[in-house]
Amino acid sequence: MDVRKIAKLAHLEISDEEVALYTPQMVDIVKYIEQLNELDTDNIEPMLGGLTAEGEATKTIREDVVIDSLGQQAALSEAPSAVAGHFQVPKVL
Amino acid sequence: MSVVSDIEKVLGNAEKLNPELNSFLSIERENALARAAEIDSKTGEQKLRGLAVAVKDNICTKGMRTSCGSRILHNYRAQYDATAISRLNAAGAIVVGKTNMDEFAMGSSNESSAFGPAKNPWDVTRVPGGSSGGSAVAVASGVVRVALGSETGGSVRQPASLCGIGGLKPTYGRISRYGLVAFASSLDSIGIFGKTSRDIAEVLGVIAGRDPLDSTSADVPVSDYIANITNSIEGKTIGVPRELLGDGMDADVREKVYAAIDNFVSLGAKRVDIELPYAKYGIAVYYIIATAEASSNLARYDGVRYGFRADESDELRKMYFKTREEGFGPEVKRRIMLGTYVLSSGYYDAYYSKAQKVRALVKRDYVAAFTKCDAILTPTSPSVAFKIGEKSDDPLAMYLNDIYTVSANLAGVPAISIPCGLSNDGLPVGVQLVGNFWSEDALLNFAHTYETAYPLNEKPPVYAD
Repeated sequence: MDVRKIAKLAHLEISDEEVALYTPQMVDIVKYIEQLNELDTDNIEPMLGGLTAEGEATKTIREDVVIDSLGQQAALSEAPSAVAGHFQVPKVL
Repeated sequence: MSVVSDIEKVLGNAEKLNPELNSFLSIERENALARAAEIDSKTGEQKLRGLAVAVKDNICTKGMRTSCGSRILHNYRAQYDATAISRLNAAGAIVVGKTNMDEFAMGSSNESSAFGPAKNPWDVTRVPGGSSGGSAVAVASGVVRVALGSETGGSVRQPASLCGIGGLKPTYGRISRYGLVAFASSLDSIGIFGKTSRDIAEVLGVIAGRDPLDSTSADVPVSDYIANITNSIEGKTIGVPRELLGDGMDADVREKVYAAIDNFVSLGAKRVDIELPYAKYGIAVYYIIATAEASSNLARYDGVRYGFRADESDELRKMYFKTREEGFGPEVKRRIMLGTYVLSSGYYDAYYSKAQKVRALVKRDYVAAFTKCDAILTPTSPSVAFKIGEKSDDPLAMYLNDIYTVSANLAGVPAISIPCGLSNDGLPVGVQLVGNFWSEDALLNFAHTYETAYPLNEKPPVYAD
């Protein structure tokens, strides 16, 4: 298992020590979850989410009316860096 | 007695015990006393007037720290209240503090908290369970009567069991998840800890129900949970799955859980044998679905909009990588990477699709079982509280703590853990009852009837005044 490559996909910059720690642990866990392969699931419909029948039937579309939202000031108030009404980040290119 | 003096007492106990138990990450003295004074100044009926509630630190509480037990949110103050919190507030309850937890609710021992583990009041060298360990400890140590936690695979029931209190995970969609920081959205639900089942019933009645802000909350009428506690389970049937009473649990746990079955029978319940053949695959299914959803949900922590940002990043992508590397702890990284792996190109069908199919089979097991019984009885946890550090180097061994609890989350059915005695070492053992969809009132009645007849009278050595 190429843990370094997986970390890169997940936007994690991991150290050599972490690669050495996580690789055997993740191999063990994947080996464990592969026990599912012993089951025949050819004709089974996948369960996509946690919803009950009642949850599926619950109307989730609301009237198209304006309701209060968080607002710019509050939305920016927890940002590590914000300038002139925007989130600020280091240079992109 | 005024609400202010009640709350003063709760805060005093929390402050006094916290150095030893580490159950609170923040104690909201100022906010709580201001709320108490406001409630004292008003008259009128409120369902939960003056009730002190401890809240897990992954449930948003406006203006209060909401850290998720993580360095990446260590300084985050929520900008809005979760729906469960606004409903508690409207009913007159008071949030007295935010409780310790495994980082992002990933763990079964509280040891993955970035702020050190909460300690079990029955033996402070042992874990309280997790991930909602701090909330369980706050109730078990007598600081509060009720607390909110959250569940993804057993994170309320397992710590309730290890701390000797009650813990309910309701049906998926029963309590709004709005303002509950997402871990695995198809499995997550807010849960309730209580000294008694009646306490849990009171809180559930207030916070349950449809919420337009959570499209997965179901439009199902909310029962009068208090009125439906009749203190009689005469003629009710309890299903005992052979598979889940086999090997794999401590002798002490086995003995107490078998005794609990006999006790239920002596209270008038009928025992029937049932089968849950797919339950043993629950952990494997869980660690595919939960990690896949987590890898996506936790992508939002990138140092841009809130929380921690790593210093000295001169370029955007570097900033993302360093922030996540420094902000997340090992268990969270492991799960994000596992989730990334099972969803990655070429593996999706083999892992994620397969897990969704087996999840359907796990649910089918329950649907079939509930044609034969009113509730299913199992242990809550295979062991009593273990030593801090005992399992922290072996993630798979830690995951297996949830063997009896995860399948209820996979199926979406409600379940409750209540105490059924102490082990030979004086540590609490819990018994779990799993119910059919929307049968919280039946579960609470089972639990109440049991704890009235067979109460756990002992108190832990570390306990509030």
